[in-house]
Amino acid sequence: MNALRRNVLKGAAGAGTVAVAVAAGLLKPTQAMAAWNAAAFDAKNVGDAMKGLGVSGPADSKDIIIKAPDIAENGAVVPVEVTSNIAGTSSIAIIAEKNGTPLVGSFSMSGGTQGFISTRIKMGQTSLVRAVVQAGGKTYTAAKEVKVTIGGCGG
Amino acid sequence: MKQQMIMKLLTGMAGLGLALGAATAYASPEQDKQELIKYYTSKYPNIKIEDYVYGALAFDPDSKAQYDAIMEFPPFESDVEKGRKMWETPFKNGKTYADCLPGGGKQIAGNYPLFDEAKGKVVTLQDVINDCRTANGEEAFKVNDMKTMGTLTAYMRTLSNGMIMNIKVETPKAVAAYEDGKKTFYSRKGQLNFACASCHVQNAGNRLRSEVISPAVGQAVHWPVFRGGDTLVTLQQRYDGCFKQVRAVPPPQGGTTMNNLEYFHSAMSNGLPMKASVFRK
Amino acid sequence: MAEPMRIRATMAGDVADVKVLMNHPMETGQRKDAKTGQLVPAHFIQEVTATINGATVLSANLGSGISKNPYLGFKVKGPKVGDKVVVNWVDSKGDTNTAEAAIS
Repeated sequence: MNALRRNVLKGAAGAGTVAVAVAAGLLKPTQAMAAWNAAAFDAKNVGDAMKGLGVSGPADSKDIIIKAPDIAENGAVVPVEVTSNIAGTSSIAIIAEKNGTPLVGSFSMSGGTQGFISTRIKMGQTSLVRAVVQAGGKTYTAAKEVKVTIGGCGG
Repeated sequence: MKQQMIMKLLTGMAGLGLALGAATAYASPEQDKQELIKYYTSKYPNIKIEDYVYGALAFDPDSKAQYDAIMEFPPFESDVEKGRKMWETPFKNGKTYADCLPGGGKQIAGNYPLFDEAKGKVVTLQDVINDCRTANGEEAFKVNDMKTMGTLTAYMRTLSNGMIMNIKVETPKAVAAYEDGKKTFYSRKGQLNFACASCHVQNAGNRLRSEVISPAVGQAVHWPVFRGGDTLVTLQQRYDGCFKQVRAVPPPQGGTTMNNLEYFHSAMSNGLPMKASVFRK
Repeated sequence: MAEPMRIRATMAGDVADVKVLMNHPMETGQRKDAKTGQLVPAHFIQEVTATINGATVLSANLGSGISKNPYLGFKVKGPKVGDKVVVNWVDSKGDTNTAEAAIS
C-alpha cells in the first residue's frame, strides 16, 4: 500500500492532511485549499498585512463600495459587504485597520464569481474598514470608517 | 398608596402632554395602552406603530440595517436548533410537549401570560411548560436558566411567530394582578430611584449615554433575544437586568411580582405581532 | 464537534446568490475564560473553499477577526437551478467540515 496513502488514512499527526492528500494524488491540486497566509494574517499593522498579501501602493478607487454601519451595534459582529465594480476582480481582502491583526479575510474569486463579498467581522475599536481589490494585475482600495462604542444597557 | 405613586409619576409627565384625567389608576388595559401610544406618537409622529416591535432600532436606521443584515442568516441559528431538539425529544414516558400544550404549542405565546382563575394567579408560558414537564415525570426547569428553559423557549416561541399579542384581563382578580404589574412598572425603585417608565415612557427615543431607549409598547413581543448574536436573554432575565441597572434588588424570576409585571407589560403590546429569537446589540 | 454548516443558494436572474453560515467559536486567543481567568487559545476557521458542480468558485482565507459562527455571502454568474454547491472549511486545529446544497 502506498505509504503516503496509509498516512492519510491514519490521519498522521503533523502530516498536513491536505498537503499529503495532494501529494498522494488523492486530491487534485485545483481542489486544494489556498494555503493560509500566516504572514499576512499575523501582521500587526496595515503595512505588513499588505506586504503579506503581496500588495503595494493600491490606487484609491470609487468603484469599490463598502457597505458597513456608521456606528456598530456590537463590535463582535459588524456586517460588512464589499462590492467591486472593477472589471476582472480576482480577489478582495478586508482589513480592520486598528484591529490587533488588521487582516480579517482574503477572498479569491474564480469562474463566474462576482466581485462581491458579504461577511461579519470583529472590530476592537473605531477604525477604517478597508477593502483591497486585485483586478487585471493591478490593485485598488477604498475604506469606510465604522465607529465602535462600548455601551449597551441590555441585561 | 399605589394610586399616589402612580399619580406622582404621572404628574411629572403632565407637562409632556399626558392627560392626567384619562390615565387613572383604574383605566382598562386597552385605555392604558392607547394613552401610551398617544404619548409616543405625539412625540414621534414619523415612527409607525408596527415598527415599535423593533424598539430602539425603529429610531435609528443605521442600527435597523445591521439588524436586518444579521437576521437574514442569524449566527445563533444553531442555538435555536438545540431548542428544537429539546422540544421534539419525548419525555421518559414517551409523551412530548406538543401533547400537553394547547394547539400543540403552535401560535399560543401571544396568549401568555394569562390569569388562571383556578390557581388565582398569573401563569406564564414558562409555567405551562414546567407544568407539562412535571405532569410527565420530569423535573421543572429553572426559569432563569438560559441553557434549559431559555434554549427551549428560544425555539418554542418561534412557533408563535406572527401571532398577534392577545393578553386578556377580564376578571376582578386578573385586573388586580394587572394593576400590580402596572404599579411595578410605574414605581420608582433602587438607588437611582428610577421607574421602568422613567426611561421607557418619559425618555423613549432619547439617548441614555450611547443607547437609544425603546418605548414600552412593542417591547414584550420580541423575546428571547440573542445579544451580540450569541448571548441568550429571556424577557424576565431582562427585567432582572433592569432592576440591577437602577440598583434595585430584583425580585425572583417566575415569582408573583415578575409574572404580574410581565402580564401588564405584555398587555401593553396587545395588537402587535410576535417574533422570537431576534438579534440585539 | 463542528455542527453542520448551512448553505442557502438561490438564483436571482442569471446569478446564484450563495449564503453560508458556519458554526465555529472563532477564538482569537485574546479572550479570557470568565471562570478560569486563563486566555482561551486561538481556534478559528482558516480556509474555506466553495465549488459549484466541482469547479472552485471561491477560495478564502479567514482570520480570527471574522465573527463567531462565520457568515459568508457571494454571487456567481452562470450556474443553473439544481447545480450542486459544496463548501469545505479547515480550521487552525486541522478540523474540517463540509456541506452541500442544490441551487434552488
